Amino acid sequence: MTADKARIARQFIETIPHSKALGMRITDIGDGSATIVMPYDARFIGDPETGVIHGGAVSALMDTCGGAAVMSHPQSPTGTATINLRIDYMRPAAPGQAITARAECYHITRNVAFVRATATDDDTENPVACATGAFTVEAQA
Amino acid sequence: MTRKTPEPVQVIKQRRDAALSALVDGVPYIHYLGVTFDRRGDELTAVLPFDDKLIGNPFLPAIHGGVTAAFLEITAMITLNWTWLWEDIESGVLDAEEMVAGKLPRLPKTIDFTVDYLRSGLPRDAYARARVNRSGRRYASVQVEAWQDNRDRPFAAANAHFLMPRS
Repeated sequence: MTADKARIARQFIETIPHSKALGMRITDIGDGSATIVMPYDARFIGDPETGVIHGGAVSALMDTCGGAAVMSHPQSPTGTATINLRIDYMRPAAPGQAITARAECYHITRNVAFVRATATDDDTENPVACATGAFTVEAQA
Repeated sequence: MTRKTPEPVQVIKQRRDAALSALVDGVPYIHYLGVTFDRRGDELTAVLPFDDKLIGNPFLPAIHGGVTAAFLEITAMITLNWTWLWEDIESGVLDAEEMVAGKLPRLPKTIDFTVDYLRSGLPRDAYARARVNRSGRRYASVQVEAWQDNRDRPFAAANAHFLMPRS
């Protein structure tokens, strides 16, 4: 059942055109948590002088990963939408390195799912960004 | 009493447009999303033309929440840079041509960004405007709203804080 849910969530995320465009790949998903990798790509640079990836691309990664975590939660029906998302940028991501986001749906009610997420580059001890968000829990069809 | 002759309109437009393009066109990610800026005097409106690669939910279809966030963040950041540099651009302290050539001053960095999703982003063009609520010596607070068909019905709004470069 849970494995099936994870499969559905994975399939759904992998068909999202924009996530595909950003090269996102799910490396782990299930039981309300998800890990997604976004490879370094020169097209997503925000600061041409340093080659650091744009915060907006990190936001897109956090949003996708948060949604994936919610969808994979055992108590959640398959659909979800972001209500709000806050991202703290702690340091610039190292140019040339992939960014990995890990999101956890730490609480869920009938209507709302609460999510925490962290993004890191190769230096996994020092996060690049942290996020917290609220997502909708869509009514079971 | 003699008054200084106003600058010819083309000179002013050329300078402002050059400075704006220096801030916007050099950023690969802005170009990748297809975001452009309309300028009326000092007022900026960001435009995000719809494209299939921006879709988040293919079944609705709706614009990806991450695209919406990025669009708002780009608008907030460019508007802050623009507002912050405006006086130096106008006075000539910053040379617009040099800016275009890549000589940009150090720019503010995002500290945090909070986005509210109000409606789903429809598969059509989106617009956004930001307001710099405070721009101090060290920190700035910027509010931004995005809409599609109807200016009074925003589909997303955000608030961002920035760290100003040390002068």
